[in-house]
Amino acid sequence: MNTAFSEEDLAFQQEVQAFIKQKYTPELAARAANPKTFKDAQIEWQKILFEQGWIAPNWPAEYGGTGWTPTQSYIFDNERAMAGISDVVPFGLKMVGPVIYTFGNDEQKERFLPAILSSDDWWCQGYSEPGAGSDLAALQTKAVLDGDDYIVNGAKIWTTYAQHADWIFCLVRTDSSGKRQSGISFLLIDMKTPGIEVRPIHTIDNYHSLNEVIFKDVRVPVANRIGEQDAGWTYAKALLAHERVSIAEVANSKRNLAEVKKLAQQEVNGGQTLYSDTAFRSRLAETEIELMALEYTELRVLASVSRGETPGPESSLLKIKGTEIQQAIQELRMQIAGYYCGVLGQDDIGHEFGSAARQAYMYGRAASIYGGSNEVQRNVIARAVLRV
Amino acid sequence: MNFDYSEEQVMLRDSVQRFVQSQYEFETRRSIAESETAMSAENWAQFAELGWLSIPFDEQYGGFGGDIQDIAAVMEEMGKGLVIEPFFANVILFGGLLQNSGNDALKEKYIPQIIDGSLQGAYAFVERQSRYQSADVLTSANKQGDNYVLNGTKTVVFNGANADVAVVSARTSGGQSDEDGISLLLVDLSSDGVSRQNYRLMDGQLVANIEFKDVSVSADNLLGAEGQGYVLMKAAELQGSVALAAEALGIAGKLNELTLDYTKTREQFGTTISTFQVLQHRMVDTFMEYELLKSMLFRALCSWADGDDEFELDVRALKAKLARSGKLIGDEAIQIHGGMGMTDEMSVGHYVKRLMTINAIFGDGDYNQQQFVQLQDSAA
Ligand SMILES: Cc1cc2nc3c(=O)[nH]c(=O)nc-3n(C[C@H](O)[C@H](O)[C@H](O)COP(=O)(O)OP(=O)(O)OC[C@H]3O[C@@H](n4cnc5c(N)ncnc54)[C@H](O)[C@@H]3O)c2cc1C
Repeated sequence: MNTAFSEEDLAFQQEVQAFIKQKYTPELAARAANPKTFKDAQIEWQKILFEQGWIAPNWPAEYGGTGWTPTQSYIFDNERAMAGISDVVPFGLKMVGPVIYTFGNDEQKERFLPAILSSDDWWCQGYSEPGAGSDLAALQTKAVLDGDDYIVNGAKIWTTYAQHADWIFCLVRTDSSGKRQSGISFLLIDMKTPGIEVRPIHTIDNYHSLNEVIFKDVRVPVANRIGEQDAGWTYAKALLAHERVSIAEVANSKRNLAEVKKLAQQEVNGGQTLYSDTAFRSRLAETEIELMALEYTELRVLASVSRGETPGPESSLLKIKGTEIQQAIQELRMQIAGYYCGVLGQDDIGHEFGSAARQAYMYGRAASIYGGSNEVQRNVIARAVLRV
Repeated sequence: MNFDYSEEQVMLRDSVQRFVQSQYEFETRRSIAESETAMSAENWAQFAELGWLSIPFDEQYGGFGGDIQDIAAVMEEMGKGLVIEPFFANVILFGGLLQNSGNDALKEKYIPQIIDGSLQGAYAFVERQSRYQSADVLTSANKQGDNYVLNGTKTVVFNGANADVAVVSARTSGGQSDEDGISLLLVDLSSDGVSRQNYRLMDGQLVANIEFKDVSVSADNLLGAEGQGYVLMKAAELQGSVALAAEALGIAGKLNELTLDYTKTREQFGTTISTFQVLQHRMVDTFMEYELLKSMLFRALCSWADGDDEFELDVRALKAKLARSGKLIGDEAIQIHGGMGMTDEMSVGHYVKRLMTINAIFGDGDYNQQQFVQLQDSAA
């Protein structure tokens, strides 16, 4: 048992560091941090990764993946996070991409995978509905066959970044007669199709990411259906496991914790830094220790995935603990911000991180809700691991 | 032993309750919060008419002669309504400092104007470097003849954007963090050399950073003796903390109520989510935290009434408890609402943001817990 980096790993780490230093300029970082320029900057960065061949570490090499060892993936993700770079937008590269190469036909692979890899297509996820959140199988958006098309009617909700998206992957109901899970199909829908309306949802973090997507007699070619009709639930579930692993965000949490430490070293309280305040320091240590344990849990899962095992209920563990730690770090940052923890907007009011701390904290409440709420994940572990 | 509010206090409480229920629906509150001044002048005039603005002041100035219990009764209801008008900043902080100042001329001049609703006041005590140590004061006041010359910047001044006047903490002697040597001056914010930068906090309130550049303030405007302002500041901090805790209690109760109601109507898996035992237990926990917070508030209110030495210790404990209970209640409210809890449209998130803002005023849980420990040590 060991996790020491080999000579090759160390060389790879240096290569990644040099690459990031050269390509992720402060100017690009500034645009990525600004909501107004976020989308273009994000795409620009993803294209840089694409040209380097590093855009899809989680994909098999034959479809454009990197063929990295788990250690290399780990190194890359850590260096990315430590440089303050957001992960790729997950909907194409981490969610629908794997579904397409696993369950799609050759024509679909050829048609959709290249634009996912190059980030020319921006995807969003149309699973949840007003009546179908935790109980996803209750979804009612209907698709009725009409010649070579489905006609889709219904409403999706909480659709992250639908306002930016070119495509949406949707779970739709194609049969209501039998078991709820067995009448669901998986459709890829062009957002430019007539009859689709995107309505913004305003959220408590004052940043626009969520939307409702309304479908009114939207025609979707049957060729855009993944796999068999009425078998979409199987594909959807495979995707959810991938989603949960990436929601843990261990590397990001390591980076955020490092930043919190730095802020605590700068923030002075009664003549001493907050970092030397015993109460604060002990909270910090508590969170760091949890994160250390989570990091190795994630590595254990990655190692078993690399042996060809699919992530099982462990992904629920990663999701629960990962999001709890994210939230703990957000809380620490709010605590450092003190009186400035509630500042709205980006205006320079003499305090540099209060507004960002607030936004991250408020949005961060959602991490224990989305991707299957933490309560539902606990139910999953109870059933699948404890078998109760 | 008696934990009931007096008849008078119940009347006050009911009057705020009626106002909130009939004139302060969530949507009304939202449009006030989003307005330029983040308060309604008509509401303020009505608060004056209803007598709320007179509560903490001596009868000789037209006040109600009320105490911290009267304030608590009112603040709890304001919390439930998420009332954004600057009752706390103007009446409790600014007004409270004046009331305790011992400066009769100032009281005579300004208290009637607070009571009739014509004056907006603020208390400017936070500085960029001070965090919760209000004795950490860099703003300076140098005596020149009959005046002080004020220099420095105060940040996050509640009601600072709308205020006509402010009580400002300034150093007249001593080192940066000495409790001795701080003086409180009442400053007309239209004076030469005063500039403001206004901004909003997540609870919707409009605050300001206020810079003082060679601002001349008459020595007559001193609250308390020169260099002895910290005693008044400390009293404002303790009484302000109790008032905020009462507001927080109102919010906490409201969050629990909204969440419980939501679980009884939201259906998933063919049943209301209130039937899930996991959620039931979590709501039992938040219910318990609410009751404990209420007990802690009453404890502080009783030690105040009994003239107890324990008052300060109780207030520190109360504010620390508020931090923990408030965090749990706020987090669970959003979590149990699921995606709906994240929307700006629902009131839940707005209650949570006010609760979090309250948490940071006069020190978070850790700060107050440390003060608690220090008090115990110094008593031992
Ligand atoms: C910021 C954000 C981004 C999102 N992005 C997307 C997206 O891009 N695409 C998409 O399709 N969806 C997205 N979602 C939706 C997300 O997946 C749902 O919010 C989630 O599944 C929960 O559903 P719900 O909101 O309807 O809550 P509900 O299912 O109504 O749950 C309410 C509460 O009940 C609890 N609960 C429910 N069932 C049980 C049970 N059996 N036992 C115990 N407790 C239970 C839940 O844990 C929660 O606390 C997003 C949500 C958020 C908040």
